[in-house]
Parts: sequence; structure tokens; C-alpha cells
Amino acid sequence: MQTHPAKRVEITIELVMESRLTDALRAADVTGYTILPVFGGSGRSGEWSRSGQVSAAGGMVQVICIVKPERLDALLEAAFSVVERHIGVVCITDCGVLRAERF
Amino acid sequence: MTEVFALAGENLISPIVLSFVLGLMAALARSDLSVPEAAAKALSIYLLFAIGFKGGVGVAEHGVDLTLGKSLLAGVVLSAAMPLVAFQLLRFLSKMDRLNAAAVAGHYGSISIVTFVAGTSVLQRQGIGSEGYMVAVAAAMEAPAILTALWLASRSESNSRMDSTLWREVFLNGSIVLLAGSFAIGWITGSEGLAQIESFIVSPFKGVLCLFLLDMGLLAGRGMRSGREAIGKGAIAFGILMPVIGSLAGLLCALLIGLSTGGTMLLMVLSASASYIAVPAAMRVALPEANPSIYLTLSLGVTFPFNLVLGIPLYLALAQAFTGG
Repeated sequence: MQTHPAKRVEITIELVMESRLTDALRAADVTGYTILPVFGGSGRSGEWSRSGQVSAAGGMVQVICIVKPERLDALLEAAFSVVERHIGVVCITDCGVLRAERF
Repeated sequence: MTEVFALAGENLISPIVLSFVLGLMAALARSDLSVPEAAAKALSIYLLFAIGFKGGVGVAEHGVDLTLGKSLLAGVVLSAAMPLVAFQLLRFLSKMDRLNAAAVAGHYGSISIVTFVAGTSVLQRQGIGSEGYMVAVAAAMEAPAILTALWLASRSESNSRMDSTLWREVFLNGSIVLLAGSFAIGWITGSEGLAQIESFIVSPFKGVLCLFLLDMGLLAGRGMRSGREAIGKGAIAFGILMPVIGSLAGLLCALLIGLSTGGTMLLMVLSASASYIAVPAAMRVALPEANPSIYLTLSLGVTFPFNLVLGIPLYLALAQAFTGG
């Protein structure tokens, strides 16, 4: 089956920054994304877990976007303006999609 | 002094404190015991609704007087002013950098609603009444401390981020909305409204509080484990000394206003407690460079257990001594 090249961007970010990130993405015309809860993990800022959290302060989410390669820079600029000072990871991988017109 | 120890001893063997200790020990022993996120949120929603509703019913039964306005004003002033004291004390005791000290200071101006709930529970056990509107004072004390903390941080040349979204999140924070909303419902519906839902919000209250404090113990224990490298002895001393200073400021205000013994004790508890819900979230947005391990460990791992186990009996004894209650 014919596939088309695309970029998959995974942004793991603090829960408190989620709406700010999605607002910035929409402003950069990135209207398609998926938000996943992240159960727990460990990084430079130490261990954290979603269990028992009563505050948004300690939670993390993952925002996943798939875009055409030519739209990657605009997405990264929008994302970076939000995540620059915050705990998080931005990861870009090559992927293939079936219906290119949707991205 | 004997009374304080007797009350502290009684408090120590209450199901509420022992549930907290169980969670704390389980986390320190690295047990896999955990309360799922959704369950913890449901428990906190229940507690906020119940305490807000009962506070509103209290106001409906006893009416409103000028003391309500004075108490709200005192709460706002205490919340805005205590971070200034906390900042100086923390810098003196621990030599912490200005940015982290400002972030920590914000937590000590704002309040811990669970400590407040534990305080009301102790009052109930002792058969001491209090002003129902103290719940509204608690809600009013959540946000002003954040402003002071950000002002302190701005003086350290930090690039703090304050936008309209953050203002909305602070003032329409879920816990404030629920507390204020349930307070209004309780006030409007009065004792008739309470009679309709009494079996839900009165009888199970202490059991739910035990489960919530089990979760708080787990959080505090995890915080102690992961954050012990982030804070030194000076900061730990601050975490114990600051609530006592806060409670004395609350006592002074309560005496000036003329609150009852129960109301005085609750204002002391509010002034002594440190936030771990609203302020940490605001600090993560506005001051992301501040280390969350420091402020969460101090608030949850040091001050919260101190207040729960020793602080509350001490504040009650002081309130009784100064109000003659």
C-alpha cells in the first residue's frame, strides 16, 4: 500500500502547560494532535508518578502530532516557545501515513 | 503544657493521624501501596464539597455579621504578608537562593485545605464550635500569596511568567470553585438542605478523610524519599518554625477580630499551613526554574506532618488559653 512520509513529534510536558502548548500549536495551524496521560517516569528533575496526585503540579502528559515534513519547523517553533523553560522532552521521528491530505 | 501533650497524644492515636502515618511508613518502606489518581481526586472533591457545604450551613444558621468581612480581610492580609516573613526566615536559616526561596515563601502564605479539614475534625471531637464562614476565609487565602511570591521572585531578576491564563487558573482553581460553590449551596439551602444529604456528607466524612490522609502520607513519604537531597537542615528547621510563626500571626488577627475559640484555632491553622495544590501548580507555570522538589518536600514532607501531629493540638491549646474557651 502507498504510504507518504511524515514527521511524528512527541512532546512530553508538564500537565500545567498542556493547554498553553495546544493553544500555541493551534495558533501555528497544527490542529491535529493527540494527548495521552503519562503514568510516571524519571528524569533530570527526579522521579514522579501520576498515582495519588491531587495537584496538577506533578503530572505530565504527552502531546503527539503528525505533520508533513515541510510543516515541522513551524510546529517546533510554536512548541519551543512554550516548553523552553519547562521540564519535558521533545522527540521527532520519521513515520509514514496512508492519507497524506489529512496532515 | 500538660494539656497540649495530652491533646497531642490523643491526636496521635486518632484514626486520621494513624492513616497518615500508615501512608508515610508505606512510602518510606517502598511498599507498592498507592491510591489511583482518579480515586485521590474523587476523595478530594468529596472533602471540599462536604466542608464547604457544612460551612455554608453554619453561616445560614448563625447569620452574617461584621466579623465575616473582618475575617476575610485578615485572611487576605495574612496570605499576602506571610510570604515576606517566610522569604526572610528561609534565607536566614538556609541561605537558599532568592528564586527558590520566593517559590517556597508563596506556599507558606497560601493554605492547605486538608490541614484545615483535620483542624475542624479535632474541634468536632472536642465539642468546640467555630464560625462556619472560616471556609470562605480559607478560599480567600489561596491566591494572594502567589502574587507576593511572584513579586519576591521578580526582585531576584527572575523572568516570571504571568499571563491571563494563569490568573484564571489561580482564581478559578478547581478547589476554590468547589469550596466557594458548595459553601454558597450550603448557605442558600441551610439546615433543610443539610438534612437531605446528611447521610452522605456528614457520617462518611471522617472515613473518607482517613483514606485521603493515607494518600497524603504516601505523597509525603515519597516526597521525603526523593526530596531529602534537595533540602538541608536549615530548610527543615524553617518547615517547622514557619508554621508556628504563621499560627501566632493568625492568633493575633483572630484576637483583634474577636473570633470564637474554634474560629481562632482555625485561623491559626490556616496561617500555619502550607499549600501543596494551588501554589505548586502556579509556581510550575510562573517560575519553572524553581525546584519543585524543594517546595513540595517542605510543604508536604515537613510542614504538613508537623501541623497534623503536633501543630493542631498546640494551636488549639493556644487558642483556648488566649480566648478563655
